[in-house]
Amino acid sequence: MAEFLNERRMSLAIALALLAVPLMAEWLGNSFYTTLATRAAILALAGVGLNIALGSGGLISLGHAAFFGIGGYAVGIIASHHQAYEPLMTWPLTIAATNQMPVLWLVAILASGLAALMIGALSLRTSGVYFIMITLAFAQMIYYFAVSWPAYGGQDGLSIYVRDGFPGLNTLRPLDFFLLCYAVLMVVLALVRMISGARFGAMLEAVRQNPARVAALGLSPFRIRLVAFVLSGMVTGLAGALYADLNRFVSPSMLSWHMSGEIMVFVILGGAGRLFGPVAGACIYVLFEHVFGGVSDYWQFFLGALLLGVVLFARGGLIGLAAGRARHD
Amino acid sequence: MTEPVLSLSGVTRSFGALKVSDAVDLDLRAGEIHALIGPNGAGKSTLIKLISGEIEPDAGRIRFAGRDLQGLDQAARARLGLARTFQVSSLIPDFSVRRNVMLAVQAREGSGFGFVRQVSGDSRLGDAAMTALGRVGLQDRAQVPAAELSHGERRLLEIAMALALRPRAFLMDEPMAGLGSEGSGALIGFLDSLRGEAPILLVEHDMDAVFALADRISVLVGGRVIAHGSPDDIRADADVRAAYLGEE
Ligand SMILES: Nc1ncnc2c1ncn2[C@@H]1O[C@H](COP(=O)(O)OP(=O)(O)OP(=O)(O)O)[C@@H](O)[C@H]1O
Ligand SMILES: [Mg+2]
Repeated sequence: MAEFLNERRMSLAIALALLAVPLMAEWLGNSFYTTLATRAAILALAGVGLNIALGSGGLISLGHAAFFGIGGYAVGIIASHHQAYEPLMTWPLTIAATNQMPVLWLVAILASGLAALMIGALSLRTSGVYFIMITLAFAQMIYYFAVSWPAYGGQDGLSIYVRDGFPGLNTLRPLDFFLLCYAVLMVVLALVRMISGARFGAMLEAVRQNPARVAALGLSPFRIRLVAFVLSGMVTGLAGALYADLNRFVSPSMLSWHMSGEIMVFVILGGAGRLFGPVAGACIYVLFEHVFGGVSDYWQFFLGALLLGVVLFARGGLIGLAAGRARHD
Repeated sequence: MTEPVLSLSGVTRSFGALKVSDAVDLDLRAGEIHALIGPNGAGKSTLIKLISGEIEPDAGRIRFAGRDLQGLDQAARARLGLARTFQVSSLIPDFSVRRNVMLAVQAREGSGFGFVRQVSGDSRLGDAAMTALGRVGLQDRAQVPAAELSHGERRLLEIAMALALRPRAFLMDEPMAGLGSEGSGALIGFLDSLRGEAPILLVEHDMDAVFALADRISVLVGGRVIAHGSPDDIRADADVRAAYLGEE
């Protein structure tokens, strides 16, 4: 019980720290750190998505960049139409483009969810190393498709000239955009927490530990995993949508296997299966990138060393190191 | 006569060149305990796996609750009312004993996909789980993680999970294994009372348990049913004595 409270306190501290950085930065009149914190929040969200599949479901997907990129391209493509005053399509019915984030997010979530449904339906029939390879292969297919699709920038990517808007906020102001991303992250974390405490969460956890038992009870492990994979893809897709608007740019690099690896690093570094694991992981990643990235081009070496230490000595990631084993009553 | 709850006809399955189930005919009638005995490697567990859908037969038919099971996966068969206990306990190790049974209750209600209501506050799930645990005498161990249970307690938890499914038939693979004489004595008493709730196909090596409980016995050797009848018939059967009971 003490350890559980400890994890909660730790989560709260991480949440507050992530909020405090941009508030301080704005107060000091330096919005560079606001943008850095926004980047951390968005990458954390991508990790929260992967954590549903990887942490709770034990599904080692090396293809989550696909969902991140699809979310990003959903925003980029609609923005490219909007800024050219073109409708998205004219046949069979005319659909106008928009620059309103709530609509863009919905499109990003649906598109990445649909992709996750298709990729999951095929790849979840395998397991272990095959699953890792198939998810990677699907993501690479989408990557090469984006590279060779000239209508939307191909290799060069797509620029979003003006950041998309959100009702009641001025998203061009760094602090407004940060608070928006932060709020999305917190809402998603609350939803994930709710789902893991509900029947579906219990099933998913059980499927990870012993799928044969779950099947013998009359529940299909495949279906449970597929739903988890789709939810996972949707959250990472939403993160991709925010990332596109953060950089006001999308390119195939969002879809690359480096990106998949990075998202996995957030999860493993912070603690797979821990609610705030990916948040801790992404914050540390961004911090390392900023601190050591200025010192040396080889900053990823330091990150690699840290990751190695975590994997070898702290199976529950940094959260596990600080708060002990996960609690299951 | 009413149709048996479960019936196998001509069920055959090979692993490579090894025929592990050879044209097996078997049935389970309402209200009975049907014991399946045979030496190690006879194919008893394989038969349980074939019935529960973990593996598919090469030939033959399996009917349960009035329908052909062909093409139904494990989960679908379990939903039809087949509850299985495993020869080697199969639990959710990090879940508490109570949570393990709650999972079974949840499965029986068919609602794996609740996303809002929290399991920990769901007293209906919790109460149903405690009822099942009480029946096997594990209620005092409810909060212990399944991984920390003794071997015998794990066997009992398996049975509690099967009970919580309120099945139409039980498939039990060596429930007495490793229970010790006191434990198996208690379990014999419990299974005796359970047959009224749902019939049991009981794979068991413990001959005291088999002869105390079985209404009928089938003897499996090398994948074939070599004898089938009442406990008295089986005791008297010369082939069985030669092949299995180890007497000349
Ligand atoms: N998946 C498999 N692949 C190959 N051979 C198998 C497989 N499963 C079982 N067998 C073989 O089939 C035979 C029957 O195995 P099974 O587990 O059904 O025996 P059993 O009667 O349950 O034995 P025991 O009393 O030891 O539990 C054994 O020779 C076993 O080695
Ligand atoms: Mg066996």
